[in-house]
This record gives sequence, structure tokens and C-alpha cells, in this order.
Amino acid sequence: MDLFEYQGKQFFAGYGMPVSPGEIAFTVDEAVAAAERLGTPVMVKAQVHAGGRGKAGGVKFAATVDDVRTHASAILGLDIKGHVVGRVWIEKASDIAEEYYASFTLDRSEKKHLGMLSVEGGVEIETVAEENPDAIAKVWIDPVDGLSESECRSWVAAAGLPDAAVDRTVDILLKLYTAYVDGDADMVEINPLILTPEGQVHVLDAKVTLDANSVFRHEDYAAFDETQSRDERETAAHEIGLQYVGLDGSVGVIANGAGLAMSTVDVISQVGGAAANFLDIGGGADVDTMAGALEVINNDPAVRSIFINIFGGITRGEVVANGIVEALERVTINSPIVIRLDGTNADEGRMILEPHFSDSLQMASTMLEAAERAVGLATTASTGA
Amino acid sequence: MSIFVDETTRVVYQGLTGSQGRYYGLLNRDYGTQVVAGTNPRKAGEDVDGIPIFASVAEAVAETGATASCIFIPAPGVHDAVIEAAEGGVKFIVSVTEGVPAHDEARFYNRLRRDFPDVQLLGPNCPGIISPGKCNIGITAGHIALPGGPVGIVSRSGTLTYQALYELKQKGIGCTTCVGIGGDPVPGTSFIDCLAAFEEDPETKAVMMIGEIGGSAEEEAAAFIRDNMTKPVASYVAGVTAPPGKKMGHAGAIVSGGKGTAAAKMDALRSAGVQVGLNPTEAGELMAGIVAGL
Repeated sequence: MDLFEYQGKQFFAGYGMPVSPGEIAFTVDEAVAAAERLGTPVMVKAQVHAGGRGKAGGVKFAATVDDVRTHASAILGLDIKGHVVGRVWIEKASDIAEEYYASFTLDRSEKKHLGMLSVEGGVEIETVAEENPDAIAKVWIDPVDGLSESECRSWVAAAGLPDAAVDRTVDILLKLYTAYVDGDADMVEINPLILTPEGQVHVLDAKVTLDANSVFRHEDYAAFDETQSRDERETAAHEIGLQYVGLDGSVGVIANGAGLAMSTVDVISQVGGAAANFLDIGGGADVDTMAGALEVINNDPAVRSIFINIFGGITRGEVVANGIVEALERVTINSPIVIRLDGTNADEGRMILEPHFSDSLQMASTMLEAAERAVGLATTASTGA
Repeated sequence: MSIFVDETTRVVYQGLTGSQGRYYGLLNRDYGTQVVAGTNPRKAGEDVDGIPIFASVAEAVAETGATASCIFIPAPGVHDAVIEAAEGGVKFIVSVTEGVPAHDEARFYNRLRRDFPDVQLLGPNCPGIISPGKCNIGITAGHIALPGGPVGIVSRSGTLTYQALYELKQKGIGCTTCVGIGGDPVPGTSFIDCLAAFEEDPETKAVMMIGEIGGSAEEEAAAFIRDNMTKPVASYVAGVTAPPGKKMGHAGAIVSGGKGTAAAKMDALRSAGVQVGLNPTEAGELMAGIVAGL
């Protein structure tokens, strides 16, 4: 789960880190009222789940309330990398002497946590990593031991922060690590972490990704789930518990298992088509799941054909077949379906499906053949032939 | 021969009294796996279809000589269950459960490595391990695998593992052991652990490796294959068309910051001499070609 900047700052503030006072606004009038309460100058910052906001014109300095009105009008509704800005964060402006970068994430190769700290903040860390890798001080942390103050101090020293910033940065990094671990974050990033002319160290931007698997011990994360950027199809699928990712093509995909679903999307592309989605219905593939999946796909106006790809392991073919037949009775499908059913009791499954075969419900014997047929049907449908 | 498990492996099921644990535990027993015990602190002294239930893994090990554990416990309890299994004295732990928080995985992985270096954890979020005809621990359908070898299989995806077993069986090719390492960010057993074990196993003559997007496990495996493997490897990597920044079902299957793409993984594998198929069927055909030439 990706947090908006302001949610990330509230998350950090909960762990005692210094952030600027600010307010969230959904309209221009709300933005102006927030600026009046905070007192100018303020920053007007687009809240989207995408990087590069500044370059896209989504972050502006406002010296006066009139500036706030101008900037909020321009930013609300702005499209940043496909994300339309629906809310802006109005934040008291800070004086900046220096900008740093700090983050924690899991290093999947080392299987330890990785902390990164750099005096070259305010730019994308990938750029720093490419152009000046020595400017990033890294520390690997054993999840069993955690990060000690002395380790943190040597790490800050290695990054070369000025003496005036060291104590306050150590304090913030220890709190950031606590937020990362206790908050079950996949990633926490402060860019920039700033030193003010008065010698204060301060969080100026926040990027946080939380582990969706940890919600059972963080009841308050449900609120973050509601602000995820999903398209309509993804929202509908998410509501009924399906693993769904929207894509741009015209072949709707239903498969059991994440790997098989990914593979199905790949094979459709290999035979010259494009999938409308990734959808994993899981191992069970019962009637309700199948009907729900078909409904989600059916409501996607881009879909021209549907490819159901099931490999029966423990799940038996006849159970899947019955599920499909019942689901088809419940949902009226607009596009032709190609089914590939293999594995356990696939023959029994095919026998159940056979009486229902027609132009709009076909069976293919292999994954490749099914993909070719589904792509063919999608092409025919979209050319109106 | 087989790797990690064989017909002598004695397995305790943590969570055997739950619906999933009972279902798969009994299926595994029907397959021929030595399912010797279950655990549940509230049901010690009872049994599940004749399989005795103990309060803890330690008790089960003491009473039945269990050497491996299979965990069917909901995600919030998996961390403690893994530690209990290691402290209880089993040497091989299979964790099937999906949805375990990544921080829990990082903690128990490092705890095992430090305090129980001789314990091998498989998973979490994996289908388990099957050595056809000998032992099946987890949720793999036993009958889709042909016993005997000469191929060893290692995979990050459940259904693609079944697909691989099935494709090989259709071609009359057997399997020594099939290991599903799972799709999570911190898998207890890596590709390299399995590749090294297959390289050592005299009955395994070739290896099928199924990867997917996210992380760098396939690239690390490619380096290992180049430097250490004498046996031929065929591979398939799922997720060529996956959009960046989206988790494709598995928690670990995500392309982020341009890293972890299928294309980069396939390139790394090819340059290590691995035969890479563009889809599971093609990978199966490549493996059939390898086996024919052995």
C-alpha cells in the first residue's frame, strides 16, 4: 500500500519525527482556507502515487494567499503520469540550508534491512546511485538485532553529514527505523531530509509503502487501503478479494495461480494480442469466485474475448467446470470465452462443459492454442467482422 | 535419490486439526508421506484420523521421531510456528501459508540462519516439496508427477510448478524432486540452495527452473549455474509483460525502479548457458530435448 505524502508525514509524526504543519485540501477554497490558517508562505503539493511531481508542475511555492488560489487551481485536476490530482497538501514553507536523503528497505539479496543515507538529497536517489555511488552511505541491519545508536552514528559519519546535523539526524533515523519495522513498511524514504539555517533537521517529503500482509496487526491501515490508486476495474475486483491488475489490452484473463496468470498474459502477447488484465482466482476456483471474476471482466468495456486458463492441481477439473457452467448461468457474458482446462480430472471437466460449447464458449487443448484463439476472437470483434 | 526429503522423512503437521491442515495432511499421508504427528496445544492427546496430536513440536519430535514439519497455520502465527519447529528439533520446515508479513519473514530467516544453521526452511507462501513416489509435503497434487527422474524442478510459482510436472509427465519424463520455493520476498530456500542440492544428487541429471519477475534471485541463480553447475538447466521466467510497480499476485513479484524484469532475468540465464523457453510449454520441450540427449 502506497501512502500519499501527507499520510506518510502523519505516519512519521506518529513515531515522533519532526514534520511541518500542514492541511489536506480537496478544493481550491479549502486550499485557500488552509493557507490562511497556517499563514503564508506555504507550499502547495499535489498528492499522487507517482514520483516526479515537481517536474510535472505539481509542487509550487506560494508567497501569498492569492498565489495559493492560482497554484491550487492549476494543480487540482492535473495529470501526473496518468494519476489525476484530487487533493493537495498545503504546508508551511521551510528555509533550506542543505538537503539529504534517507531510506530503509528490505535488501532481498542479503535478506537484511538496508539503510541508505546521502548528503545529495532532493534529487532522485537512482540518479545519485548512477552518477555518484560513493555519495550513498549504506548500512545492512540484521532484523533480529535491529539498529543500535552506535551503528547509526557511524553510518551518519560515513555519509559525511556536517557536525551541526549529526545528533538530530541520528535521532530521526532511529525513529525512522522504528517506524519501518513496527509499522511493517516495505519502504520508508525521506527525500529531502533538510537542515535549516537555524540548525534544525526536518522531514520535508515522505514516501511510505506499507506491507498489505500486515493489516491484521494495524487496524488503522484500512483507511490507507481506501486511498490506493486503483482504476474502477481494480476497485471492483479488490472488493471481492480477487488478485487483479488492470492492463491495456482486449483479452480478459482468468487463471488460477499468480504464476499461471502472469504466464497467460505473456502468452497472449507472444501470439500478437494484449491482455486486458491479470487475474488470479487462487487455487479454489469455486462458483462464487468464478462468477465474481467473470463479472469483473465482463464490466470492462475494453474486453473483446475472455481466456480462462485453469490448471487443476488439488482443484479437480470437474469442480472447475461446474463452477464455470453455474457462473455462466448467473452472469450474462458479452464476449466469447476460450477455456483451457488441464491437469487433475481435466477430461471429466471437458465432458461437463461440452454440452455448453458454442461460438461463444470454446475449448482449446493447450495454452498456446487457447491464446491464439482468444486473440483471434478479440481481433475479429474489434474490427467488427 | 531426492533432495531435502525422501521416504524416511517423518513429518509433524503444525495445524493438523484445522481444515486446511487436516485436508492436505491426510492427502499427503495417502500419497505415502510418513505423517507421524500433529500439533495443537488445546487438543493434545486427541488424534486426527489416527494421527496423534501433541501440544508442541518438541513433544511430537520426542514421541514420534519427527524430522520435518509442515506448517498450516494462519499468517499471524507463522513466525512463532517456524521458531517453535526449529526449537523443537526438526531439520526441515515447510511453510505453506500465504500472506505472512515481510518483516516476520526477515526475522525468522535470520534467526534460523544464526541459531539453527542446520535447519532448512522452505517457504512461506509455497506449494511445498514432492519427491515423486517417496514423499509429498504440502499442497502439490501427487498424481501429476512421474517418479524416477532424471529431472529436478525448482520454482517460484505454484501452478507453474504443476504445469511443469504435468508437461514432463506427458512426455514420459520423471522427476527426482520438485521444490516450490514460493513467491515471497524472503524465501527460506533459494534457487541456489536447490541448484546446489540437485548438482550433488546423482539421480538428478538435469534441472528445470521456473522464475518470475521481482528481486534478483534468478540473476543470482544464473551466476551460480555459470560457476558451479555441470548439469544442464532449462528455464522459464513468468511476467514478461508485467507493468512496473504492480504486484502480480505474489508479494515478491514486482518490477520496481526498472529492476527485476523478466527480460533481464532471461538474459542472465541465457548467458549462463541455460536454455530459456518463452512459455511453459516451450520450456518443457527444451527439457525434453535435453533429456533425450543425456
